[in-house]
Amino acid sequence: MIKNISNLGDTALYCDFGNQINKEINSSVIRYYKSLKELKIDGINNLTPSYNKLIISYDLKKTNFLKIKKKVEEITINQEENLSKKKIKIPVCCDENFSLDINRLEKKLKLNKEEILDNFFNKEYFCYMTGFIAGMPFLGDLDKNMRVKRLETPRVKVPKGSVGLTEQFANIYTFESPGGWNIIGNTPLKIFDNTKEQEPNLINPGDIIIFNRINLDQYNEQKLF
Amino acid sequence: MSKNYFKVIRSGINTTFQDEGRNNLYHIGIPFSGAMDNRNFYISNKLVGNNLNMPVMEFAYQGPLLKYYGDKINFAITGDVKFVIKKNESIIEGNCYESYSIEDGDEIDIMSTNRSVYGYFSINAKFDLKLQWGSYSINTKANIGSNNGRKINNDQEIHIIEINSHKTKKKLNYINTKIDKIRVIEGTNFNYFSETTKKNLFENEFIVSKLSDRMGMRLEGPKIENIVDTNITSEGLIKGVIQVPADGNPIIMLSDHGTIGGYPKIAVVISADYDKLVQLSPGSKMKFQKIELTDAENLFKLYEMETQNLISQIL
Repeated sequence: MIKNISNLGDTALYCDFGNQINKEINSSVIRYYKSLKELKIDGINNLTPSYNKLIISYDLKKTNFLKIKKKVEEITINQEENLSKKKIKIPVCCDENFSLDINRLEKKLKLNKEEILDNFFNKEYFCYMTGFIAGMPFLGDLDKNMRVKRLETPRVKVPKGSVGLTEQFANIYTFESPGGWNIIGNTPLKIFDNTKEQEPNLINPGDIIIFNRINLDQYNEQKLF
Repeated sequence: MSKNYFKVIRSGINTTFQDEGRNNLYHIGIPFSGAMDNRNFYISNKLVGNNLNMPVMEFAYQGPLLKYYGDKINFAITGDVKFVIKKNESIIEGNCYESYSIEDGDEIDIMSTNRSVYGYFSINAKFDLKLQWGSYSINTKANIGSNNGRKINNDQEIHIIEINSHKTKKKLNYINTKIDKIRVIEGTNFNYFSETTKKNLFENEFIVSKLSDRMGMRLEGPKIENIVDTNITSEGLIKGVIQVPADGNPIIMLSDHGTIGGYPKIAVVISADYDKLVQLSPGSKMKFQKIELTDAENLFKLYEMETQNLISQIL
């Protein structure tokens, strides 16, 4: 049962799972999110899982805070059950035109480019949440020696497909957008496809991501599809 | 291609199609969107005999200039809007909350929203649009919705289909009143702020900044002083949330907001005041008033009853 439920305005439940950011707490958030999604409780019209919170939005024309709170409190979740984890490989090209912040990363991390890329590629990252802009995944955790703060001055335009690093997380810019993450490379894959009627986003909370390094020729070839 | 259409001679500042919006996509970063001012949206549909959730044209500040080609249709405009209808040589001053008929060659010039922001343009027919994820609403930031997720452009043709049989003139006696007191509930980080700031929040005036759009409304006023942390772990947002970034100027999340944010939430605007909030134009002064959740729920019931009552007056 979720212990700590309060209200966020008059149209949402604010479920607090704690203040830490780790896979255990986040998996618990995702388990609740997934079972609520399946239950389709009348009146609930949106669910927003994040690192350690779950926001449950409801239609105030149909229900209210106490009614939805009671329904959510009645749900039991098997915390032992493993989340079905989809593994997704994401090709990333770190050609100099794409790794916009490699010099900054070298300086801040006191590692050279090859050391940084060796560390970054071919390991499993966990998707904590998606959002901010449509389909953007927040992936973790980066090794301790790979963690840097965001840019002091954010970019006005981060190119679509950019893969960025900040603190313990990596993300992927699904659209050209403003942003302050350290850009290490670019993926030719469509992470968010708004022409799809079903599941427009490639990566969902709970999925496992592995970044694969590709060269510029491979990038250009894959970009065509 | 249908033979009834509008030619967009001037698109206006931010003209989009909106309905009630789309649900159940926050978890992938897609907000509700939908009409900013729901009451005026519903009334606009009722005035032309439509189902209340049909997509209509929403415009901000300056609306479009449209030339119509096709069979006779009815249209209505809601909000606080100055517009004229040009027929042959004559120019008719239009009134909001009243339906008008237009014929082949007529023009509708939606000049401006008076001391407000949003207005709605409905017709007794369907705009020929593509549904995306359960809604026609356009989110121009993510290019989602009808019209390829983009705002309406100059020279575009907007085709219409299925003209309904409601041809009688309809009218509603209603004045779109403004409010300068916005009621809020405490936010989840209310205690991040100093006692003086909390007092200032409810005693001082704030001014709506020019940097406001369908995503958010920025306010200028007494700086809001954070005494705990100017960042929180990123978490979900809903419309109406008032976030306070490090610079101390509050931002209210509106219908096209980013779904996740990392600034403390000092308060949340109640649902009953949302339609009125979004109509506050840049430069408008406002004050916040704090109320309790149960009061907010009751006020929404009243507001909804009032809206339903207005709708039922349109026969």
